[in-house]
Amino acid sequence: MASIEMKNIVKQYGDGFPAVNDVSLDIADGEFMILVGPSGCGKSTLLRMIVGLEDITSGDMVIGGKRVNDLAPRDRNLSMVFQNYALYPHMTVFENIAFPLRLAKTPDDEVRRKVEEASDVLELKEHLERKPANLSGGQRQRVAMGRAIVRDAEAFLFDEPLSNLDAKLRGQMRTEISRLQRRLGITTVYVTHDQTEAMTLGDRVCVLRKGKIQQVASPRELYEQPVNLFVAGFIGSPPMNFLPATPEGNRLKTPFGDIELDEKRAAAVAGHDLLLVGIRPEYFEDATLVDEAKRPVGSTFRARVDVTEWLGDSQYAYIPYDAPDSIRAQLRDLSKELDSEELRTQAIVSIDATSRIREGREAEFWLDSRKVHVFDPETGDNLTRDAEAGAELTRLANEDRLEQMEDSHAGSRADEGQVRTGGATAVGS
Amino acid sequence: MSTRKKVLWGIGAAVIVVYCLFPIAWIVSVSLKAPSDLSNESFLPSQVTWENYELILTGSASDLFLPALRNSFGICLIATAISCLLAMFAAYAIARLDFPGKKLILSTALAVAIFPVISIVTPLFNLWRNIGLYDTWPGLVIPYLSLTLPISIWTMSAFFREIPWEMEQAAQVDGATTWQAFRKVIVPLAAPGVFTTAIIAFFIAWNDFIYGISLTSTEAARPVPAALGLFTGASQFEEPTGAISAAAVIVTIPVVVLVLLFQRRIVAGLTNGAVKG
Repeated sequence: MASIEMKNIVKQYGDGFPAVNDVSLDIADGEFMILVGPSGCGKSTLLRMIVGLEDITSGDMVIGGKRVNDLAPRDRNLSMVFQNYALYPHMTVFENIAFPLRLAKTPDDEVRRKVEEASDVLELKEHLERKPANLSGGQRQRVAMGRAIVRDAEAFLFDEPLSNLDAKLRGQMRTEISRLQRRLGITTVYVTHDQTEAMTLGDRVCVLRKGKIQQVASPRELYEQPVNLFVAGFIGSPPMNFLPATPEGNRLKTPFGDIELDEKRAAAVAGHDLLLVGIRPEYFEDATLVDEAKRPVGSTFRARVDVTEWLGDSQYAYIPYDAPDSIRAQLRDLSKELDSEELRTQAIVSIDATSRIREGREAEFWLDSRKVHVFDPETGDNLTRDAEAGAELTRLANEDRLEQMEDSHAGSRADEGQVRTGGATAVGS
Repeated sequence: MSTRKKVLWGIGAAVIVVYCLFPIAWIVSVSLKAPSDLSNESFLPSQVTWENYELILTGSASDLFLPALRNSFGICLIATAISCLLAMFAAYAIARLDFPGKKLILSTALAVAIFPVISIVTPLFNLWRNIGLYDTWPGLVIPYLSLTLPISIWTMSAFFREIPWEMEQAAQVDGATTWQAFRKVIVPLAAPGVFTTAIIAFFIAWNDFIYGISLTSTEAARPVPAALGLFTGASQFEEPTGAISAAAVIVTIPVVVLVLLFQRRIVAGLTNGAVKG
């Protein structure tokens, strides 16, 4: 177990293109760090630099207090799970898992003991003598994890390990990985482009964009106090809505009526002509269903609903709105960068599943204005970010983590059985 | 497929099989004929005789044939082994590394492969006599390498390219040196490719006649194809056709055995299950 520190890491390819650009990141011992971002943001490259499969152009990579820039992968004592598992097809599951031990010239009886331990944890016991070709996708995935946990590595590295599984299995494996990491308490770096994985697994999440770190924070901080337009748009599903707004005193004029800001936020946005207001879908509600007590903290507006989607436990409504050309172009660029293709300017609002709002009709909505963020459309900066509140969220998350780790160390023997049988929390993503 | 189509396909296949195998059947039949029976104007011998086989294995022609058989086996196996080993390293480098001159190596290999053998033989004959390689095993192994290496490199680099990079990287992360990753992961995965290449290389060397006849003079190194050409009949009025046929049949046997032995290994698809399928 070890911490991983990156100092001003740069990866430049032959043509001068910086895939990773001046990344500094500290990962604490035992922490679960997620690297997330749209495709081409450099997250996989960064992971491969940690493990040593990619050369570092400049900067320092320090693992467990030792600079490892010039060490070969085998000397870094890290274990990695690849996106396509990279199992050795000519070996049985047992030999696959035992491979790192065999290379380390471990005595036979110890190899057997360790492999059996690992296969117990991953419930692979009855498959040990089979070849990878005869296993299902989920089983192969578990073999790959077995190979990673069988030796005492300094850290685990995961490169989009679940992207080849179907949605249901992915949900199960996600909880499995989380449980395993808590139980073993090993530093973990996990690359994904799936934000559900990022939000549910990570102690902290590092959002990358074009090789640069945008924000490193706990999932809650990312969600509630995003540092800029990119992070705000990337985290959350359905994504945050961005509405054009013009400030007028303490109020913001938006296509969905006026939004009132408190003193502090009003001061922060002063001096701009055109702004973007970021409102999460769940800050909206069908006005007829809002509690009277809550009503005053928000504003109401009328709008025509384009489409509604009823999902049983929740309901989404799509409301088109007009935006100036400059904003429209910028939102299109943003959505393209986030790997989605937004064709029209529309807000996605989450309303109660019991709401009777119908498609094509006008309806009254309520909007909770307490948590809206205001962005500068030119720089993308979040003008109303409360850094202290954000830091507090991350601090709390860190406390939780340390507590959990202590618990799991104290009771790791006692709750062994419980850990193994607890599969009921699995959810599809 | 309709019945008619099936019948047509069957007939077509039968025609091709007969066309291909008829010469072999003929040789087998000739090898079983007595010298006097050779011109009996029928496909089958009027009486089956093992006379020709006795002649080459224990009789007067055995002095010529048996050492040649030993030479052929020895030289071809050595040439195949060396060329497979060298081709394995070369192909691995070509498939995995990005180095200047990669294209040059591949195109040179191809150029060597299509270079006519007959144009090299005469200078080689002189050179070999001067440096003492004439009529020795190395004197044949070296030219055979020039025949087998190019095709081996081409075949094997195709096989190596199909092995996912991640296999090797996973091995390295697991603690393997580059050499260990190559030996424990890549080579076993490339085994079908290696066997295929080995068989092709062996055939090429086994079938060579020009080098065999030009670069040897005694039984010290003369391979079978060359020895066959030197067979003589029992008297100068007799054609050694029967003996040659018998020798040809015997020479074909190892080739058939090789293919039967390794055909399962040649079937690719060993990488199934390595990555998500």
